[in-house]
Amino acid sequence: MLVDSPPEQRAETAPAPPTRRAIRAFGLLLALAVLVLVALASIAIGAKELSLEQVWHGLFQDTGSYGDVVVDERLSRTALGLLAGVALGLAGAVLQALTRNPLADPGLLGLNAGASAAVVTAITYFGVTSLSGYVWFAFAGAAAVGALVWFLGGSRSATPVRLALAGTAISAALYGYLQAVMITDEAALNKMRFWTVGSLASATDSTILQVLPFIAVGSVLSLVLARPLNAVALGDDTAKALGADLNRTRALSMLAATVLCGAATAACGPIAFVGLMVPHVVRSFTGPDLRWILPYAAILSPVLLLGADVLGRVVARPSELQVGIVTAIIGGPVFIFLVRRRRTAQL
Amino acid sequence: MKSTRVVRSPGGLSVRLDVRAALVVVLLLLAALAASVVLIGTGDFPISAGDVLKTLAGNGNAGQEFIVNELRLPRVLVGLLVGASLGLGGALFQAVTRNPLSSPDVLGLGQGATAGALVMIVLFSGSATEVTVGALVGGLATGLAIYLLAWKQGVHGYRLVLVGIGVSAIVTAVNGYLLTVSDIVDATRAVVWMTGSLSGRDWEQVWPLLGLCAVLVPLVLVNARGLRMMEMGDDVSGALGVRVERVRALLMVAAVLLTATATAAAGPVSFVALTAPQLARRLTRSPGPNLLSSLCMGAALLVTADWASQRTFGADQLPVGVVTGVLGGVYLLWLLVTERRAGRI
Repeated sequence: MLVDSPPEQRAETAPAPPTRRAIRAFGLLLALAVLVLVALASIAIGAKELSLEQVWHGLFQDTGSYGDVVVDERLSRTALGLLAGVALGLAGAVLQALTRNPLADPGLLGLNAGASAAVVTAITYFGVTSLSGYVWFAFAGAAAVGALVWFLGGSRSATPVRLALAGTAISAALYGYLQAVMITDEAALNKMRFWTVGSLASATDSTILQVLPFIAVGSVLSLVLARPLNAVALGDDTAKALGADLNRTRALSMLAATVLCGAATAACGPIAFVGLMVPHVVRSFTGPDLRWILPYAAILSPVLLLGADVLGRVVARPSELQVGIVTAIIGGPVFIFLVRRRRTAQL
Repeated sequence: MKSTRVVRSPGGLSVRLDVRAALVVVLLLLAALAASVVLIGTGDFPISAGDVLKTLAGNGNAGQEFIVNELRLPRVLVGLLVGASLGLGGALFQAVTRNPLSSPDVLGLGQGATAGALVMIVLFSGSATEVTVGALVGGLATGLAIYLLAWKQGVHGYRLVLVGIGVSAIVTAVNGYLLTVSDIVDATRAVVWMTGSLSGRDWEQVWPLLGLCAVLVPLVLVNARGLRMMEMGDDVSGALGVRVERVRALLMVAAVLLTATATAAAGPVSFVALTAPQLARRLTRSPGPNLLSSLCMGAALLVTADWASQRTFGADQLPVGVVTGVLGGVYLLWLLVTERRAGRI
C-alpha cells in the first residue's frame, strides 16, 4: 500500500515540506484570531447590544454596572460555547479516524441516544426538572453507551464496522424507548423537545465547572492520539506492521470521544452536525494528517458554534433560535457546497 | 448442494436460479402472510386464524366481515406494503451508494417527509389526509433536492451520501424548530406521527401504495442486473456495458418514490429500511443487492412488529415504530454478540 500510494498520501508519513508547514501554522494562528473575534462578538451582540468598550469594561474592570452584568451573563454562555465547540470538533475528528468512516459522529456511536435516554429517564422517573440536574444523567448515559458500544464492538479486538454497528443498534433501541416515553408522558415530551435541539442559553458557571475537567482531559488525550490514529488510518495490517498498538489506540480514542461528547451533550443537549462537519471542512485543506486536523478542528468548531449562537440571537430578536438549529441550517449548505466543490479528501 | 442452478428452456433461453435465495423469498413471503393472518385476528375483538381465513374467502359472518374487511385488513395491507417498500427502498439505497449503513433515514428522506408532515400538523393543524400529502411532498422534494445537489457530471455514490447527510441535518433542525414552536397537543400528535404508526389506516392509504408498488417493483427488478454489476465500481460496470448513470437515476427515483410513499402512509418507521436488506443478505448468503428477499423481509418485519406491539402493549397503545426500533436494535446487538463469539465479524 505504501509503495503505490499517491504523493499526497505519502506526505503523511514523511514530514511536510517547510513552506507548507509554515502556511498551515500561520492558518492556525489566523483561525485562532477569528475565534477571538467571534468570542468577543458573542459577548457584545444579543438582545441588548454592547459596545466593545463596554465589553472591555465588563471583562476587566467589573463594577457591577448594567453592562457588566450583561457581560457576565454572556461570558458564561460564550465560555460554554467554546468548551462545547472544542469538545465536539475533537470528538468528531477522533471518531472519524477511529471508525475510518467519514459519516461517524457522536450520533453514530449512540452517545447522543444514550444521553437523551438518560435525560428522559431523569425527567420521567426521577422527577428531575432543572437543566443542571440533567448534566450528570446525560453524561452517565453517554458514558454507559460508550462503554457498551466498546464492549459489544469487541473491546480489545474492535473493528470500525463493529463499533458503528453496535452504536447504530444501541441508538435504535434507545430511541424506541425515548419515543415510547415521550408518547406516553406529555410532560417529558414538553421538556425533551427543547432539550434535544441543543442550546447554550442555559449556561451557568456551575454547569461549566462540572464539564470543564472532562473536556480538558478529553482534549489533551485526543491531541496526544493524533500520531497513533494516523497509523490506524493506514489500515490494520499496515498499522500493525509499522508497530502501532491498535488496541490501545482504539480504546483511548473511544474513551476520549466518549468523555468529550458526553460532557458537551450533558451541558448543551445534543448539538448535531458540528462534530461531523468541521473535520470534513478541515480535511479539505489540511489533508489526512490528524496532527493538523485535530488542532484546526478544535479551533474552528467553536467558531462555528459561537457564530451560530450569535446569529440565532440576531435573527429572532428579541427571542432567539437555539444554537443546534442554527448550526445545522448554516452548516448544512456550507457542507453541501464543500462536498460539491471538490473531491472530499477520503479518510 | 450447489447454490446456483441453471434452468434451460427448450427455446434456448436459460436462467440462473439461486436456489437458496429463491427458497428464502418463498419462506419470507409465507412468514409475512402468516403474520398478517395472525395480526388480523389480534385486537380488542380476537378472531381465530381459521375464521380470519374463512372471512377473507368471503364466508364469514357479518360482524367478522366488517371487522376484518373494513378495519383490520387495510391496516395489515398498509403494513405489508409499507414494509415491502421500505425493504426494497433500503436495499436500493445501500446498493446504489455502496454503503451498508446508508438508508433513507441517513439520506434525509425520512426527515424530509417528517418536515412536510410537521408543517401540516404544526402550522396548519391539517387533517390526516393533508398530513399524508404534506409528507409525500416533503419526501419527494427532499429526494429531488439531494439528487440535484449531488449532481455533477453524474452522481457519485459517496457524494450522494454526504449531500444527503447535509440535507438531512438541515431538515432535522427545521423539524426541531417546528416542535419547539408548536403547542403541546400538536407536538404530541407530531411525535406519534414521527414514530411511525399503522393505527387508523384504511383503504385510502392502500390503493396509492399498491398502485405504486405494482409499477415500481417490476421496473426495479428488471433493472437489477445492472445494479449487481455496479457493485464492482462505475468504471468496470461501464466497461461491461451497463449504462451506469441511467440505471442509477432510475433506481434512485424508484427508491425515493417507494420510501416517500411508504413514509407518507405510515410515518418514518425506523430501522426497517436499514435492517431488512442486512437480514435478507444474511439469510440468502448471497452477495449482490438481494432486492426481492429484502422486499419480503421488510413486509414480514413490519407486520410482525405491529403484532408484537399489539400483543405486548395492548391495541394501539404504542405505535409500531417503537417496536421496530427496539426490536431491530436488540436484534442487531444479539447478532453482534453471537457473531463475535463465532468469530465471523
